[in-house]
Amino acid sequence: MNKFKKGASSLYLALIFLFLYAPILVLIVLSFNDSMSRTVWGGFTLKWYANLSSNDNIMEALGTTIKITLTSSIFATILGTTAAIGIHYMKKRHTAIMLGATNIPLLNADIVTGISLMLLFTRFTPLGEFSVILAHIAFSVPYVIFNVLPRLQSLSEACFEAATDLGATPMYAFYKVVWPEIFPGVLSGFLMALTMSLDDFTITYFTKGAGVNTLSTMLYTQLRKGIQPELYALSTILFLLAFALLLVINFKGSARKEVVKNEK
Amino acid sequence: MEFIQFDHVSKSYEKQLILDELDLYIKENTFVTLLGPSGCGKTTTLRLLGGFEKPDSGKIYLNGNDITALPANLRPINTVFQKYALFPHMTIEENIGFGLKIQKKSKDYINDKIKYALKLVNLDGFEKRSIDSLSGGQQQRIAIARAIVNEPKVLLLDEPLGALDLKLRQSMQYELMKIKQELGITFLYVTHDQEEALTMSDTIVVMNQGYIQQIGTPEDIYNEPENAFVADFIGESNIIEGIMIKDELVSFLGVQVPCVDKGFGTMKPVDVVIRPEDVELDAPGKGFMDGVITDCLFKGVHYELDVQCGEYEWLVHTTKYFEVGQKVSLNVIPFNIQIMNKPESEDEEVLKEDDQ
Repeated sequence: MNKFKKGASSLYLALIFLFLYAPILVLIVLSFNDSMSRTVWGGFTLKWYANLSSNDNIMEALGTTIKITLTSSIFATILGTTAAIGIHYMKKRHTAIMLGATNIPLLNADIVTGISLMLLFTRFTPLGEFSVILAHIAFSVPYVIFNVLPRLQSLSEACFEAATDLGATPMYAFYKVVWPEIFPGVLSGFLMALTMSLDDFTITYFTKGAGVNTLSTMLYTQLRKGIQPELYALSTILFLLAFALLLVINFKGSARKEVVKNEK
Repeated sequence: MEFIQFDHVSKSYEKQLILDELDLYIKENTFVTLLGPSGCGKTTTLRLLGGFEKPDSGKIYLNGNDITALPANLRPINTVFQKYALFPHMTIEENIGFGLKIQKKSKDYINDKIKYALKLVNLDGFEKRSIDSLSGGQQQRIAIARAIVNEPKVLLLDEPLGALDLKLRQSMQYELMKIKQELGITFLYVTHDQEEALTMSDTIVVMNQGYIQQIGTPEDIYNEPENAFVADFIGESNIIEGIMIKDELVSFLGVQVPCVDKGFGTMKPVDVVIRPEDVELDAPGKGFMDGVITDCLFKGVHYELDVQCGEYEWLVHTTKYFEVGQKVSLNVIPFNIQIMNKPESEDEEVLKEDDQ
């Protein structure tokens, strides 16, 4: 009976992982497929990877994406972290209002956010990379806030006071006592902003204007002509990068816990 | 001018007045306890001295210098917080050395100080351990060590033993007194636990609703409470309305009883305080008042009895067992009858009603 239970649960788990990862697996397999067809295996090749660097369309979109993603994530992290600190020290009622306001961009349909941002931006600035960056900052900030705020809340209020009591200036107390405690939240907020920005299509599409393409919008335009296999290769690389990043974060997290355990 | 002086200090939060024109003097090298129920303003007083709050009006002096506007990091005062407030990402060594590092002391000096402080709180050899590997009592000791290595002129303690269990609390009380003796600095201790206050303090300041009710030695506060609030808050007591007929004679509950208090005038309304352990029980008719035992609870060292005498129910502590329903008489020697003035001003009256 027990054996059966165990077998059934492993099977169930295997099925879940299969559904989750089969599409990505197909993509990875296709990136090594020496055939333009999506259904026929034409042998193993690395030529799509080799072709990547010579495809101007892709390289330009990649460059734009990196630029937009990094800039918007960094600014969103700074804004979000300072906002979280501000919200944390507000009066209770104001905190509730601010958190409600922070929630709206998360709940709002991307298409509504996209159109409204476009309408707003066209009034002040031509659409282009800059407007996309502004839009990405706008929708990334809530993710940072929601990653940093719980960290602040778990930090004892008195810790900051204790530091100033021991002679630290407010700046030094923040840097030495508050920052180390909230840093993991800031980092995960930054990584989430990174993912959201990299991932976004709808809002980017409405705010990018003509001539600017990120990877997601370029993929969309390519759909009409049929997707080039180089894009499978690019997607595979991006997936592996994200996967590696995840591994590093998890490993670091558990390593830290391990140290604490050993000291006990 | 005294070592620490609060001069007409007022403080309110969101329009609620916490401290009203507080005047308080504290002598150097004493163990002073601010005692009162929650919301009485004792923690606010401590935080004002620590520099975590600014008064709305009034001045605070330390050693003759006006420190009202001085930020917390520049005051020669250190604090032991209620919830310890240790820095979770630092080792014990780093926690204790935090203040010394800011003062840019040499490494050897810091290490020596850490060793000394850990020895003082009985945690030798804990330097490299992490904070979460410690029990609550140990964390509290570290918090004390972290505060005293900086050699403050005043150590503030904000209900530091509140989270500990009874046994640990008692042993920490003795350790705190020992540390106080060793360091020879001023301790300002905040608690709502009257037993803690009576055990450790040189001087107790009883507070309620932002006002100081009485300042005195533990013996004074316990034996001669100045008003009904203090009598009620410090230990248990029987507080009865009475009339001072003349010097050394008081009337309450329909009987006249000799006492030792003088100078209240004649036929003056007063409050009479009699501690439960000062009431002696005797056979009916032998004391100043007869009654019936209505309740008898075993409390370890003594029995706690309720004795109904007409309208009034007395609280009595005795080491002898009495049956419920047994008829007895009460007796109190004159020395143990404490007479207090009735509150005169309306303000005082309000305070008294609010406590009940």
